[in-house]
Amino acid sequence: MSRITRRHALGASAGALAGLAVAGVASAAGPSDTSATSAPRAAAAEPAAFDEVHRGRRIQGAPSHHGGHHDHGSGYQVHIDGDELHVMRNADGTWISVVNHYETFATPLAVARAAVVELQGATLVPLALA
Amino acid sequence: MTVRKNQANLTATEKKRFVDALLELKRSGRYDTFVTTHNAFIMSDTDNGERVGHRSPSFLPWHRRFLIQFERALQSVDASVALPYWDWAADRTVASSLWADDFLGGTGRSRDGQVMTGPFASAAGSWPVTVRVDGRDYLRRDLGASGRQLPTRAEVDSVLAMSTYDTAPWNSASNGFRNHVEGWRGVNLHNRVHVWVGGQMATGVSPNDPVFWLHHAYIDKLWADWQARHPNSPYLPATGTTDVVALRDTMRPWNDVTPADMLDHTPHYTYDTAA
Repeated sequence: MSRITRRHALGASAGALAGLAVAGVASAAGPSDTSATSAPRAAAAEPAAFDEVHRGRRIQGAPSHHGGHHDHGSGYQVHIDGDELHVMRNADGTWISVVNHYETFATPLAVARAAVVELQGATLVPLALA
Repeated sequence: MTVRKNQANLTATEKKRFVDALLELKRSGRYDTFVTTHNAFIMSDTDNGERVGHRSPSFLPWHRRFLIQFERALQSVDASVALPYWDWAADRTVASSLWADDFLGGTGRSRDGQVMTGPFASAAGSWPVTVRVDGRDYLRRDLGASGRQLPTRAEVDSVLAMSTYDTAPWNSASNGFRNHVEGWRGVNLHNRVHVWVGGQMATGVSPNDPVFWLHHAYIDKLWADWQARHPNSPYLPATGTTDVVALRDTMRPWNDVTPADMLDHTPHYTYDTAA
């Protein structure tokens, strides 16, 4: 767990920003989000967790209320074979990831599945610092 | 004076000098600092938080300043070089001379997306992908990814016709010219081109593909074209707005340049056609 992660690469200011952004997620979630569960009301608009194998890769997703630094505004973490996939939620409720950053997907599950296709078996790595 | 030309009109010598300058920046390590900067902003710019490089009004002046910095780096290698632009609404197929062996090389092979031709192919040994989000260290592309089409001239014109620069909430949900150019809303210009190229261009480390600069040079030209069509439409927001770069706020990472400083490109370069 001592390896350099993307949050470290981004530095302290980005971490502070992420905290602010997480606070904004609940208010940003629109009425079109229908994935409400029995979770507490503040999290009701967030997509449910998932854990499945897609094309031979284990993909997992879950809300992350206390992570803060990792999610940069998504309030949600996604992993592929245990490595974090950086994801972000758009204002309209759609999602992108660092490997599909200019194309939106309806759910974190869809963005995780798209990442598996894009990776063609490659392993995610923490951001390499130049 | 720096004149940015349509890539389709470059001479063989101009292409070679541009490519050679790219390879030298890469060899020296300077190229990868630009990839790192871009990825840091793309991962931290959020719709509900501070946003500077993307999904915000400063998308256009931020990338203008970023490209000027990169162009100056190229010119420190070869003073004759200027950034070319790629009008993807005109040169819209994989048969374009842009993708020929003497320029950027072609699409990736089907097995792993690896670019096999041109000066940036992994086998040529001069273009290791070091700032990356996965284990692959070779340049990848999937031109026309998943059957997508590049924007048409009519789609470009429909966006240039929008007279308001940007609107609240100043993010990916906004109406107005900026967000339609960026592509989060409407016909989708800039974002769609990244997806059409595929490979690293579709990721947060998109400047790993040299076509990044030619794509953004054209986006920058579209901003100039829009200004010429709407001379009375200002950059917005004009004054202090939470998490957003207003007209006279400084932009990270430079902290000494504002959108107001970037509105006129002509002190820095001109285009080969009147804007």
